[in-house]
Amino acid sequence: MSRPFLSVANLAVHFPTSDGLVRATDGLSYTLERGKTLGIVGESGSGKSVSSSAILGLHRGTNAQVSGEIWFDGTDLLSLSDEDMRRRRGKDVAMIFQDPLSALHPYYRVGDQISEAYLAHNQVSKRVARARTIEMLDRVGIPQPDRRVDDYPHQFSGGMRQRVMIAMALINDPILLIADEPTTALDVTVQAQILDLLQELQREFNTALIMITHDLGVIAEIADDVLVMYAGRAVEYGATRDLMTQPAMPYTWGLIQSIPDVTRSVDLPLRPIPGNPPSLLNQPPGCAFFARCEYAQFVPGDRCATTLPDLLPLSDGHLKRCHLDHDLASYAVVETGAI
Amino acid sequence: MIAYAIRRILVGIVLLLSMVLVVFVLFFASGNPAKSVCGKFCTPEKLTQVTKVYGYDQPITTQFGEFIQGLAVGRDYPVNDAYRAALEKSNPDLVIHCAAPCLGYSQHDAATVNADIAKYAPVTISIAVFAFIFWIFFGVFFGVLAAVFKGKWLDRILVGVTLVVYALPTFFVGTFLLQYVAIKWQLVPYPTYVSIADGGVGGWLVGLTLPALTLALFYMAAYVRITRAFVLESLSEDYIRTARAKGLTERVVLFKHGLRAALTPLLSMAGLDFAALLAGAVITESVFNYQGLGLLAVIANQNSDLPVLIGLVIVAGAAVIIMNILVDILYAFVDPRVRLR
Repeated sequence: MSRPFLSVANLAVHFPTSDGLVRATDGLSYTLERGKTLGIVGESGSGKSVSSSAILGLHRGTNAQVSGEIWFDGTDLLSLSDEDMRRRRGKDVAMIFQDPLSALHPYYRVGDQISEAYLAHNQVSKRVARARTIEMLDRVGIPQPDRRVDDYPHQFSGGMRQRVMIAMALINDPILLIADEPTTALDVTVQAQILDLLQELQREFNTALIMITHDLGVIAEIADDVLVMYAGRAVEYGATRDLMTQPAMPYTWGLIQSIPDVTRSVDLPLRPIPGNPPSLLNQPPGCAFFARCEYAQFVPGDRCATTLPDLLPLSDGHLKRCHLDHDLASYAVVETGAI
Repeated sequence: MIAYAIRRILVGIVLLLSMVLVVFVLFFASGNPAKSVCGKFCTPEKLTQVTKVYGYDQPITTQFGEFIQGLAVGRDYPVNDAYRAALEKSNPDLVIHCAAPCLGYSQHDAATVNADIAKYAPVTISIAVFAFIFWIFFGVFFGVLAAVFKGKWLDRILVGVTLVVYALPTFFVGTFLLQYVAIKWQLVPYPTYVSIADGGVGGWLVGLTLPALTLALFYMAAYVRITRAFVLESLSEDYIRTARAKGLTERVVLFKHGLRAALTPLLSMAGLDFAALLAGAVITESVFNYQGLGLLAVIANQNSDLPVLIGLVIVAGAAVIIMNILVDILYAFVDPRVRLR
C-alpha cells in the first residue's frame, strides 16, 4: 500500500507557558500529493503557521511540545534526529515567509544568503553556488541577476525581495514548498505576479505546495484542496470547489462573506464575523466558534457549548466540524453583525 | 563612503568648537576667575600678577579668541603684553611658550596644561585600554553564553553574579583587591604604574592588572547583560527562522546570523564607554594612587587650578566626539544600510 506523499496525522503543537498550556494546534490531519496545492486558511493565531513550521521541524530546540505524525515521502519527520531533520530542511522541504524584509538578514548580500542555502546541502565551490544563485534569481524574474546578486535586501522592492525568498527556497529543488502568507506584505498587483510565479515553478518542478493565507481569494485561485483552521483545529477540509460553493461550517461561510469584491454594490455592506477568536489557553469544552456563531441557535440543546463536534465527512466527501445537520442555506439567519 | 566620512568629521569639528565655547563660558560665568586661581592665601599683589599672567582683565570675547588662537597656532604666557615684555628682560625663564594646540597654562604647576595632561595621560590610557580589552572579551563571551543557555542554570548563575558585581561600588572593589589580593594574600605585587619604557610590556601589564580589573569588572557585568539582551533579541528575529529553514547548522545560525546583528549595536556603546574612560577613572585612580587624568582632575580641583580643569574637560569632550566619529565610520562598514543615508 502506498502512503500519500505528505500525510499529517493527529498533529498537535502545544506551548507550555507560565499561564498554562497554549494549544496552538490540536488533532490536525491532512494529506497532500506531489504537484498539488493545499490552502490553509484561518485568522491570525488559528495555528496555520505553527502547524506548518512543525513540518520543517522549526519547533525543535524551543519549548514547544510537538506530537502526532508527519509522514513525508516515506519517513515520519517527527521521528528524525535533529541532524537528519536539518539535512532535509531547506532541501526537500522549503518555506517562504510572510514579510521578506524581516525574513532576510539585513547585513548580508542576497546572493550570499541564497547560495548559503545551496552550500548547506551541496558539496560545491562558492563559484558554482554563485552561478546557481544567479540562475535562480533569473528564474524568479529578477532583472540583471548577475548585478543584483551583490545587492543587500534593503536595495530591493517588496516584490523583488519576495522573489529573492522564493529563489532561496527553490534553489535545492524542494519537493514540498510551504508558503506562509507570501503575498500578505505586497501590493495587490505584485501579489498576482508572485502567485503566478509560484504556480509556474510548481508545475515545472512538480512540487507539492502548502499555501498558508487568510485570503480566500488566493485560495480560490491556486488551491486544489482547502483546510480551514479555527483556534488550532481543522473545522472544514475538502476540495476547493466543494468548499467554496457549499461551505458547511458557519466559520467558512463567514470568511467567504467577508471577502471584499469589486463587483459588489457599495450599498451592500461587507459582513465581518463578529467578535474575536478565543484564547488558545484554557479553551472551552465545546465548539471554539460557538461564541461567534450565528447558527448555534439552530442546534438543539447546548451541544455547541459543551461538546466539541467531530470532523465528519459530508455527502460530497469534504469534512466539517459542526453540529448542524443540514446545509447552511436551509437556515434563515437574521442579518446581524453587519457594520 | 569617503563623502560620508568627511561629512562626519566636519560635523565633529563644529561640535568640538561649540563644546569649547560652552566650556569656556561656563567656567567664566562664575565670577572673577583670577580670584579662584589666586587661591586661599591671596594677596592684592598676587591677584594683580595672576590677572596679568592669564589676561583675565580682558573682555571675555577677547579671551575666548585668544584661547582658540592658542588651540590653532599656540600662544605665550603671561598674556599681558607689557608684563611679558618686562619679564622677558628681567627673568626670561618665566615666559612660557605654549605650542598648538595650546590648552592653557597652569601657574600652580608651572607648566602648560598640555604638559600636565601629557604627563598623566599614559596611565589613564593604559588602564582604559587594558580594562576595555578585558571587559569586552569577557563581557561579550559570558553574555553570549548566557543567551545561548537562556533559562538554564548557567544563565541564571551568570545573570545573578553580574547583578552583584554590577551593584558593587568601584571604591569597594578597588579597596578589596588592594587589601586582599595585593597586600594580604600577595597574589600580585603591590600595584604601581610602570611604563613600558621602564619595565617592559610584562612589568607594564602586571602594574595595571588590579586597577584595570577594578574598572573592567563593573563594565563587564553591564556588558554581559547587554550582550545577552541583544543576542536574545537577534535570535528571535525572522531572519533567524529563515536561516534555520535553510537547513543551516545551529552553530552557523548562532554565530553567523545571530551574533552579527547582535554585536553591531554593542560597537557604539563600547566606543562611548571607552571614550568616557579616557577622561580618567577618578575613583579607581584615587584608590590605587595612580597618576592618571582622573587624579589630575582631583588635584586641579583642590587647587582651584582653572586652566587645568578647562583643558581636561576639553580633552574628555574631544575623546567622546572623536570616538563617536570613529564608531559612525565603523558602523558604515558593519551595517550596509548606513551607507545610503
